[in-house]
Amino acid sequence: MRYNWNWKIFFDLEPGGSGTYLAYLLAGLGWTLAVALAAWLVALTIGTVVGTLRTAPGALVAKFCAAYVEIFRNIPLLVQMFLWFFVLPELLPTALGDWIKQLPPPWGSYVPAVLCLSLYTSVRVAEQVRAGIQSLPRGQTMAGTAIGLSLAQTYRYVVLPMTFRIVLPPLTSEFLNCIKNSSVALTIGVMELTARARAMQEFSFQVFEAFTAATLIYLLTNLVVVAGMRVLENRVRVPGFVGTAPSVPGGH
Amino acid sequence: MFSGFDFDVIRRSAGYLFREGMSFTLTLTFLAMAGGIFFGTLLAMLRLSKFRLLSAIAGSYVNLMRSVPLVLVIFWFFFLVPYIGAWIIGAKDPVKVGAFLSCLVTFTMFEAAYYCEIMRAGIQSVARGQVWAGYALGLDYWQTMGKIVLPQAFRNMLPVLLTQTVILFQDTSLVYVISATDFLGAAAKVANRDGRLVEMYGFVAVVYFIVSFGLSSLVKNLQSRIAIIR
Repeated sequence: MRYNWNWKIFFDLEPGGSGTYLAYLLAGLGWTLAVALAAWLVALTIGTVVGTLRTAPGALVAKFCAAYVEIFRNIPLLVQMFLWFFVLPELLPTALGDWIKQLPPPWGSYVPAVLCLSLYTSVRVAEQVRAGIQSLPRGQTMAGTAIGLSLAQTYRYVVLPMTFRIVLPPLTSEFLNCIKNSSVALTIGVMELTARARAMQEFSFQVFEAFTAATLIYLLTNLVVVAGMRVLENRVRVPGFVGTAPSVPGGH
Repeated sequence: MFSGFDFDVIRRSAGYLFREGMSFTLTLTFLAMAGGIFFGTLLAMLRLSKFRLLSAIAGSYVNLMRSVPLVLVIFWFFFLVPYIGAWIIGAKDPVKVGAFLSCLVTFTMFEAAYYCEIMRAGIQSVARGQVWAGYALGLDYWQTMGKIVLPQAFRNMLPVLLTQTVILFQDTSLVYVISATDFLGAAAKVANRDGRLVEMYGFVAVVYFIVSFGLSSLVKNLQSRIAIIR
């Protein structure tokens, strides 16, 4: 078998003129994080609202939220990416659609990618939040009612603060999924880490070096996130509360 | 609103979409599920092995696969499989491997890591006494596993294994990145040829939704039916 290893390739200049291949890949990590973090913030907000509403009384709202979850959970992420990127601008009024299509290069694909990943991740967050709320003893809500809190106050002061502390571990893995899923944005032209490893392979023909580097960068990112979240988890752990939320199984 | 659209393109290309595309997607899903559960179960047994080295190797493999994006893994195997093929048959140059085989190897190896975690939980859900009872009857490790532990582990985990398979079905759409003609790939080809992106991608989304939602509902139904009575 013949394969010419050349690990020094990372210090060669990439043809785009931005610097070395190493810098090129690290800039890719920057885009990966830019997509994932922005999507995560939106996902956390929508997911909390939807997950909470699914447990609150009000059959119509709960049904609406359930439909929202089913729609975004049962269509592959890649297909959703295409819907946001190719289909949505055509369905909007012409002027708005054209404006979206003419956004300058990185933003034209960055914005749809973030929107897509946000909603896709938000249903996963919603399911974790709902599971967390449902894992709380019923007595907590009853106690809230008994001391005269309204429903909204019970959620605000009793249920949600507990829920967030319980669902932190499963949310950590959803955040890691969010980082990994951001790689799908390469299909609509976001030059994130995986896309750049692929481009580096095409420019330099050093396939395995490029992918090894990308793999290592993903692993390191994972380790940093896990370590950071562990510190946070230890800090907010509910004393004397052994049970953790039953995480919703499956998925990546 | 839909005046400029031509939905007839769906009818015209339906034969191609389902015969070429959907059959690729379904075959890949089914074979990768079978292979993934087989290797996943082996990995789970390795992870729970009392030999530290074996469990460390299996553990690192599973963690590695679970930490990198599937898209990157697809690229890895797309370039790696020709070299592995050459190594197996002793050829000097990388062998040519078709898109389907490359995808099958990728998804089997990748999903094995996820099925492994499910099977590990399944094996651990079987009471310890069952294993001791097996050994007390004079069964060896493989007999105990094969006749006592694994059947119960599969039964306990069947809904989760199937849920993972629905996710696998959706994930197979990512073979688009190596231009394989799965259901989405076939639709993308027609969409680009005829300039009918909205109609084709809309149709693809609806079909994926119906299949995934239908399967998940069946799994949910099954879950309530086979819930273990303890």
